Amino acid sequence: MAEVVLSGLNKWYDRNVHAVKDVNLHIRDREFMVLVGPSGCGKTTTLRMIAGLEEISSGEIRIGERVVNDLPPMDRDIAMVFQNYALYPHKSVYDNMAFGLQMRKFAKDEIRRRVQAASEILGIQPLLARKPRQLSGGQRQRVALGRAIVRHPQLFLFDEPLSNLDAKLRVQMRVELKRLHERLSTTAVYVTHDQVEAMTLGDRVVVMKDGLVQQVGEPLELYGRPANRFVAGFIGSPAMNFAEVTINHSAQGVWAETAGLRIRVPPAKAEALRGHAGGKVLLGVRPEALRVANGADVADYALDCTVEVVEPLGNEILLDVRAGSHPLVARVDPATRVKVHQSLRLALDPERLHFFDANTEAAI
Amino acid sequence: MLALALLAPAVVILVTFIAYPFVMAIWFSLTSIRVGDPGHFVGLANFTKAWEDSIFQTAFKNTVFYTFWATVFKLTLGMWLALLLNRHFRFKRIVRASMLLPFIIPTVLSAFAWRWMFDPTFSVVNWLLYHTGFIANRLPFLSNGDWAMWCAILVNTWRGMPFFAITLLAGLQTINPDLHEAAALDGANAWNRFWHVTWPLLLPVTLVVVVFSVIQTFSDFQLIYVLTGGGPANSTHLVATYAYQLGVGTGLLGEGAAISLFMFPVLFAVVWIQLKYLKRIEAA
Amino acid sequence: MVIERRWKKWLYFYIPLALFILFTLFPFYWMAVTAFRPDGELYRTWRQANATPFWTLAPTTEHFHGLLESTAFLRWLGNTMFIALASTAISLLCGLFAGYALSRLRFRGSEFLGTAIFITYLVPQTLLFIPLADIVRDMHLGNTPWSLILTYPTFLIPFCTWLLMGYFKTIPKELEECARIDGATRFGAMFRIIFPVAVPGILSAGIFAFTLSWNEFIYALVFLSSVEEKTVPVGVVSELIRGDIFFWGQLMAGALLGSVPVALVYSFFVEYYVAGMTGSVKG
Repeated sequence: MAEVVLSGLNKWYDRNVHAVKDVNLHIRDREFMVLVGPSGCGKTTTLRMIAGLEEISSGEIRIGERVVNDLPPMDRDIAMVFQNYALYPHKSVYDNMAFGLQMRKFAKDEIRRRVQAASEILGIQPLLARKPRQLSGGQRQRVALGRAIVRHPQLFLFDEPLSNLDAKLRVQMRVELKRLHERLSTTAVYVTHDQVEAMTLGDRVVVMKDGLVQQVGEPLELYGRPANRFVAGFIGSPAMNFAEVTINHSAQGVWAETAGLRIRVPPAKAEALRGHAGGKVLLGVRPEALRVANGADVADYALDCTVEVVEPLGNEILLDVRAGSHPLVARVDPATRVKVHQSLRLALDPERLHFFDANTEAAI
Repeated sequence: MLALALLAPAVVILVTFIAYPFVMAIWFSLTSIRVGDPGHFVGLANFTKAWEDSIFQTAFKNTVFYTFWATVFKLTLGMWLALLLNRHFRFKRIVRASMLLPFIIPTVLSAFAWRWMFDPTFSVVNWLLYHTGFIANRLPFLSNGDWAMWCAILVNTWRGMPFFAITLLAGLQTINPDLHEAAALDGANAWNRFWHVTWPLLLPVTLVVVVFSVIQTFSDFQLIYVLTGGGPANSTHLVATYAYQLGVGTGLLGEGAAISLFMFPVLFAVVWIQLKYLKRIEAA
Repeated sequence: MVIERRWKKWLYFYIPLALFILFTLFPFYWMAVTAFRPDGELYRTWRQANATPFWTLAPTTEHFHGLLESTAFLRWLGNTMFIALASTAISLLCGLFAGYALSRLRFRGSEFLGTAIFITYLVPQTLLFIPLADIVRDMHLGNTPWSLILTYPTFLIPFCTWLLMGYFKTIPKELEECARIDGATRFGAMFRIIFPVAVPGILSAGIFAFTLSWNEFIYALVFLSSVEEKTVPVGVVSELIRGDIFFWGQLMAGALLGSVPVALVYSFFVEYYVAGMTGSVKG
């Protein structure tokens, strides 16, 4: 049993810097939990507190049944993969992987068996006699993984392990990591600043900003029902389009309006927006929720805009347009024929409109 | 060429005041030269005489003993101090700066302070040990041959330890801190982290520092000269101090030169071995 | 950083550190206390009841007065300072040129020369002092500060050269090439571009050389004979011990005063000194 529970976790540096603010998190057994957020959001600090590499200012961390606050890292039955791999440069790959087991006085045979097994899974058997400096980045990453695997810990910790790899390798390793997790099904906490990694790898994802947890949920939940503007803008690429609009009630219904933009608020949302009548809110719509309007589309859910930049990607086209004074990005069918400076009508999916309070930025 | 012009001043000085005297030293050692008497060629007579001289044998053994133990202590204490200084704490800069004082202050001056501390009649160390009940009679620090040697080693360690500490500290700071964290997670306690991660990575710097130190310590003169003068009864002589006594004290320049030349092969061997070892480490 | 228990921190860190500091600095404290202690108190034996070794209740400057009035201490200070500055200057200059030549100019024998300079370090002063005494006398430099100013560079130049080589190597070639395209001669580029960038290295080498000169003893002992010419280390050794009697008060006063100039200079340039020390080991 290796669930991880963080209760009221706080970290202060030098009395002034409040890096982690009252974090509460329940990571289930065998879950792959991803902590994601921009630099300085506190995700790495949280991870290091779980590892025992940072002192806990206040709060409690439980791994399995035990409160581990005062336990040194080696007694927590965890393994960690570092961003820079942290391989011992003077030891061979085999010794790198064996070191943890040697420190815990495992028998030589057992060590050999485990190292062989791990290197088979990771495909690094031919490298066992080499030194880290003779390996490529991807190979070093695998050795770092191997070092963590051989210990059969109850919890894996990952500190941005793919950040130092080039783009192609990163994609490859992502898939391998996911396969590895399927195979080993050990609880894991994974830190990254890349939302794509978070979405593809996590069973659940924690979005953090400025030391606070913004939202916890399954990837698609974060995508479809973001709790606030930050999460909405952070998850998904290209980012969600935002526009500040005024909510106006008229005889025909509820409208969200601003210069160059006039959208009907669908009945489902109109209820929730009742308290904001006459006031300003933030409208959010994802690029993938926009498409080129055809004759059947109603004007209520349409935008008139001018095309500014066309980015053909092959599988889709990104259009940078302007509706009134608002820049928007739309993802459209690759067969669309559009030219710069062309006037265009875009239709949006009323099911995929998001509204956020103008002050608190929380989802409405 | 420009290169020759640039190198000329340095080369001139080094040739005139090292190479030439070195050759002269060899020449002296092969003659019976003394002050005021150029003497004549005697071949290896000075060397054989020294070899059979009991004082020289003592001096040579002393020098090896002195160098060995002082280096061991300096390395151990220096390494320990470097590990301590590698952490973060308030006043770190002042502490680090003041730790170097023994190395900065002229050896002769601090050696006098130590001599006063070891004085048979007025020693403060004796006072302290007596009043804390450790001893009933005074310790013979510098008046007993064996004690005096260990006192000299102590003072040399005191003086040289900062050099080790500061240099090793610089080396420590080049080690990626992630490695220590990874080792901690791997189950290594503080000692294991040191032995399996820190020490191997520090080996190149350690070797260089040890070699510098061995060269200095083996040819040391000032400390013994001031602390004991070679006594009591010639029991703390080092090769250098004995050479001085013979050459300048009694004017036997030829014999003095021979004695001091005995240092050269040892120093050369030490550096040779260290360079080979260093090459082997860097290749691995 | 790995977390550890509170008490372990005290046991393994604070206490050892305190002991180290005590061990390192106590002799200096002792020097100072003795220098200010009146003679009467000074010569109380260690077993005497009223011995208060660690402090004095009647500090006096009589030793300092005695030192400055009845010995040539101030002259020794002046001599040592002059010799140290002059030999440092010479060594820096030689080291600058040699370091530049060895690290930035390609020519046959550069590796040989580099090794040769290293080898000279293997020949300690205690080996050379006997024949050097003769050479110095033949050059009519005996008993003058020039005997030291010219011989000290023998052990200062190797250090300066290595240190500065290390600094020069970090300066990208493009900098010089750019200067030369802009019209400077090789010499001009050297002076106007390279040397200014290497100023921290020059300071480090200079400080290190300065303290090494102050510390030198055997050459000064052998080459200088008359009292007015002596350096501080030699003067303190030879003049403050009359017969078998050590004038400890004055000796410690002399030791203290003799240490002050070096310590002062060092304290202004600590970072440079440390850089010099660690740089020469890496070089």
